[in-house]
Amino acid sequence: MSDNANVVQPPLERHHDEQMDTDQSEEPVFTPASPPPVPSTPQTPSMSAPTTSKPAAAQPATASAPPVATVVKRKLTGFVGFANLPAQWHRKSVRKGFEFTVMLVGESGLGKSTMVNTLLNSDTYGPKNYQLGGEQRNDKTVSTTTTTALVQEDGVSLQLSIVDTPGFGDFINNEECWRPILQRIEQGYDSYLDQENAIDRKEVRDERVHACLFFIDPTGHALKPIEIEFMRRLHQRVNLIPVIAKADLMTAEETDLFKRRVLADLEYHRIQTFTPPRYALDDEETLAESRDMLSRVPFAIVGSNTIVNAGDGRRVRGRQYPWGVIEVDNESHCDTAKLRQMLIRTHMEELKDHTRNTLYENYRTEKLTAMGITQDPSVFKEVSPQAKLEEERALHEARLAKMESEMRTVFQQKVQEKEAKLKQSEEELYSKHRQMKEDLNNQRLEAEDKRQRILSGQLTPAPTQDDNKGRRGKFSLGGR
Amino acid sequence: MTTQITPLSRPVGFDSITRQIERKLLKRGFQFNVILVGATGLGKSTMVNTLFASHLIDTKGRAGPAEPVRSTTEIESVSHIIEENGVRLRLNIVDTPGYGDAINNDRCWDAIIKYIKDQHSAFLRRELTATRDKYIQDTRIHCCLFFLAPTGHQLRPLDVAVLKKLSDVVNVVPVIAKSDGLSLDERVAFKQRIKSEFDLHGLRMYPYASDEHDEDERALNEAVTSLIPFAVVGSEQTANINGREVPVRQHRWGTVNIDDERHCEFIYLRKFLTETHLQDLIDTTAQVHYESFRSKQLLALKEQSAAMSQGGVPGGQGGASRNVSAGFRS
Repeated sequence: MSDNANVVQPPLERHHDEQMDTDQSEEPVFTPASPPPVPSTPQTPSMSAPTTSKPAAAQPATASAPPVATVVKRKLTGFVGFANLPAQWHRKSVRKGFEFTVMLVGESGLGKSTMVNTLLNSDTYGPKNYQLGGEQRNDKTVSTTTTTALVQEDGVSLQLSIVDTPGFGDFINNEECWRPILQRIEQGYDSYLDQENAIDRKEVRDERVHACLFFIDPTGHALKPIEIEFMRRLHQRVNLIPVIAKADLMTAEETDLFKRRVLADLEYHRIQTFTPPRYALDDEETLAESRDMLSRVPFAIVGSNTIVNAGDGRRVRGRQYPWGVIEVDNESHCDTAKLRQMLIRTHMEELKDHTRNTLYENYRTEKLTAMGITQDPSVFKEVSPQAKLEEERALHEARLAKMESEMRTVFQQKVQEKEAKLKQSEEELYSKHRQMKEDLNNQRLEAEDKRQRILSGQLTPAPTQDDNKGRRGKFSLGGR
Repeated sequence: MTTQITPLSRPVGFDSITRQIERKLLKRGFQFNVILVGATGLGKSTMVNTLFASHLIDTKGRAGPAEPVRSTTEIESVSHIIEENGVRLRLNIVDTPGYGDAINNDRCWDAIIKYIKDQHSAFLRRELTATRDKYIQDTRIHCCLFFLAPTGHQLRPLDVAVLKKLSDVVNVVPVIAKSDGLSLDERVAFKQRIKSEFDLHGLRMYPYASDEHDEDERALNEAVTSLIPFAVVGSEQTANINGREVPVRQHRWGTVNIDDERHCEFIYLRKFLTETHLQDLIDTTAQVHYESFRSKQLLALKEQSAAMSQGGVPGGQGGASRNVSAGFRS
């Protein structure tokens, strides 16, 4: 599909055709047994009607597509109406308007401003006012300036934001000239990321850069180091579209040779540029167009918005030389028409999609991972309440069992301790008891002894010193 | 002072001195050295090949992605002898690949300035030796062709910085390269802006005005000055136009005839370089640039030897030439 607008134009009328067709043919109602085709968009059953006159479109596609798990194609027995969806989308989009941000990068004098005027068929950029002695520029860095233009065509309004990068490659020392540009691109992503995480998301201003047109100096040899360095730094953050500027400086053979060299350089440094994707559902015309477009990449462009007289008297947009007139819109002279087709007419949505879905998402993932936020996979498990309850109960019981066993062991431990202690004190008591018994015994023996002695001591009173000491206060037999 | 011309009573015959000189010079041959300065891909090598109508030098572009980029300005010199009508010209072409190629081009002009000064100093050394050659090989650069990119806007900061340095040591002839990218109006406006920038920055471009010039010379110089910088196109491919083989560039929308004055100013540049100002370029180099270099060097040497003799180092007097060759600074 080259663009949705063309296909959708008279939707209702076409649908009436379809309805009449289905009424006339006798077709079985359901065919669930037939191999379900690739999941089809709502357009397939009815939209291919204009290409085939028979109502063959209503039959299930004969494609032997790999069976998709749950999609079963049902045939329509009557008019439903969802074929009008594209029309609704179209109305909504037209009402909302489109927006597109493109960034132009290249050394000064390569015709960037002229190219904007050429692409938009309007004099958005006026003639330059030169300040001579320009190397005394105040800021020795590359700046990014954004101009916004609102253009209208056939009731469709497009808000085009153009980010210009004056100063790129113009200084004596151009190191890190890419850095302010990368910052501008990441700033767009950052602002969108912040707005996504805001509480009120009604007003979202999208500052993301959807395409970056990089102007290559037409030296005729190969890419310059500053060009390679820039593209290496930016190709993974933005849709990079390299174009060869001022292509009227080179002859046809030189252009071919230069394009080949540029492509070889890009491949050698593994720089990814924007390639228009191809879909299986595209028709022949679109496929041929995108093949032609791809074969001309990188585009060799010439810009001009002034009207001149071509050799055969036509009034065309072009550049007039003493030796001839180069027509900007003529595809055999230069690739400007192809660039305009790719950038605006056919692939603008692709560019935006790629920015939104791939480039922005990559940036977001990198940034969030760098901030330490990790993906928690358990968040996304499917939960049924019963299973969860069972799980919880099992968990609970396990916990209880564990507690029980724990308590038991603790109890055992305590018991053992107490026992040990008791045993110890028992032993102590025993030993004390024994000791006391022994003491008692000793004392008894002594007492016996003393008694014996006392009894026999009447004969031989021999008080010992001790006795004397002990009985000093008392009477003494000896009377000494 | 009015010079009185004494009349001759009968022919003498000394008017054949011009033929004698010519015969001597023809035997010796002429030498012309030119240096090409400009960013890669501006067609310097092609322009020289077109100017002298023969394949003298090859383009120095990077042929494949795996080839390394030149990180510094290299100086490559190629010598050819071309002959026309019995006049032999030894042409020395010095190319400067890598100029302005790097991301940081600070001081990329150092190599070029050094080379030019080295040639002067080599000549001075040979001149000052006690026994010197009868005819000293002249490798001094007589002309610098400076190639400007056809942006159509104004001079680049790098160009301004380099031109300032170059116009002090060599005759600079600026040209707008690949001018088949500019329409006539753009060309006129661009030239105007460049000329005002030259005045703004005080850059002296060859030819220099001088009091010794007479009426014709002055008129010629003025004509050339009004044309500078020359908007040129170069090509080694030729085609047959009106019975003549002329260098052309063939586009799909037309063919640029390089010999046609309405298309580009190549004819003027060639006339200027080869027909009218060739000898003047050589003379100006010898009389203006070389002289200033020489005087600076000798003054410096004198100071140096004075300082040395003050410091009590012997040999201050006798070996002037010895000192020159020994304590030389280029």
